[in-house]
Amino acid sequence: MHTFGYRANALLTFAITALAFICAIASFSDKFSNQNPSAEIQILNINRFKKQSHGNDEVSLTLDISADLQSLFTWNTKQLFVFVAAEYETPKNSLNQVSLWDAIIPDKELAKFRIQVSNKYRFIDQGQNLRGKEFNLTLHWHVMPKTGKMFADKIVMPGYSLPDAYR
Amino acid sequence: MGFIGETVDSIKSIKIRQLLNQAITLGLIVTSALIIWKALICVTGSESPVVVVLSESMEPAFQRGDILFLRMTKEPIRAGEIVVFSIDGREIPIVHRAIKVHERGDTKEVDVLTKGDNNDIDDIGLYAEGQLWLNRHHIMGRAVGFLPYVGWVTIIMTEQPIIKYILIGALGLLVITSKD
Repeated sequence: MHTFGYRANALLTFAITALAFICAIASFSDKFSNQNPSAEIQILNINRFKKQSHGNDEVSLTLDISADLQSLFTWNTKQLFVFVAAEYETPKNSLNQVSLWDAIIPDKELAKFRIQVSNKYRFIDQGQNLRGKEFNLTLHWHVMPKTGKMFADKIVMPGYSLPDAYR
Repeated sequence: MGFIGETVDSIKSIKIRQLLNQAITLGLIVTSALIIWKALICVTGSESPVVVVLSESMEPAFQRGDILFLRMTKEPIRAGEIVVFSIDGREIPIVHRAIKVHERGDTKEVDVLTKGDNNDIDDIGLYAEGQLWLNRHHIMGRAVGFLPYVGWVTIIMTEQPIIKYILIGALGLLVITSKD
């Protein structure tokens, strides 16, 4: 009943239960943080706009992204994954999401930033629908916890449009 | 002689009882593990509700040895989600982030492009030859939760099978020799 093995087992079980409980509470505590992120994106330039040889439209553009995501950090936050996606509708597709830029923010101090970049991933349509296309730029973020549940949200910025002609 | 015979019989019967008891305990442990696993599959809708991260392609979000909890729901796949997918001809499923999504208006069929956070290029090179997009049937689930380090146990056990046998042997011995 009170052998070494029995006690070691009881201790281990209790330690693991306590650890699991602490992890669960840490994850749960994320729900109570006050979040007021803000973001603004401008299109500085359309660098290139053409039809590819096999028929899909491709755009290259330069973005000016500024955002303040510091309020998303809590004590259980390991990192923030942020990306900007162009989102639009075409006759064929009810939703197109094309990621243009992304970044990993490991630290709260770095979560307030302003950056001017051209698109990191190619902005290619499935077809030739981009001339004069209206689209949204959406800043998405995925919060990676130290442990527990991951969560995500976004800010949708509507009202961007592409030129009417290739250039 | 009768007395000795009785004693022998009683010892024998005790042993059989004990043996049966131990067999049942062992069976209970195995079946309850199986029940928990199958219940998880039912609740999460994913064929493999828990996976261990084996590669460095999603660092720093997920490190080797971390455990991911997966769910597979009817909800559509969206860009930014971390999905687990398997490619025809590849045995080990891959956990990467969706960076492009094109969803058909009529059939709701999706074309998804993925990329590992820690990789410089997207995953087209990982897909089967001639495959440009992932479709719904390639995707086994999406990551919803995360527990660090715990998966090291399984990594060590698969890479050093001897440790697995020692562990199983020790546990078996414990079950057999323990008397409540």
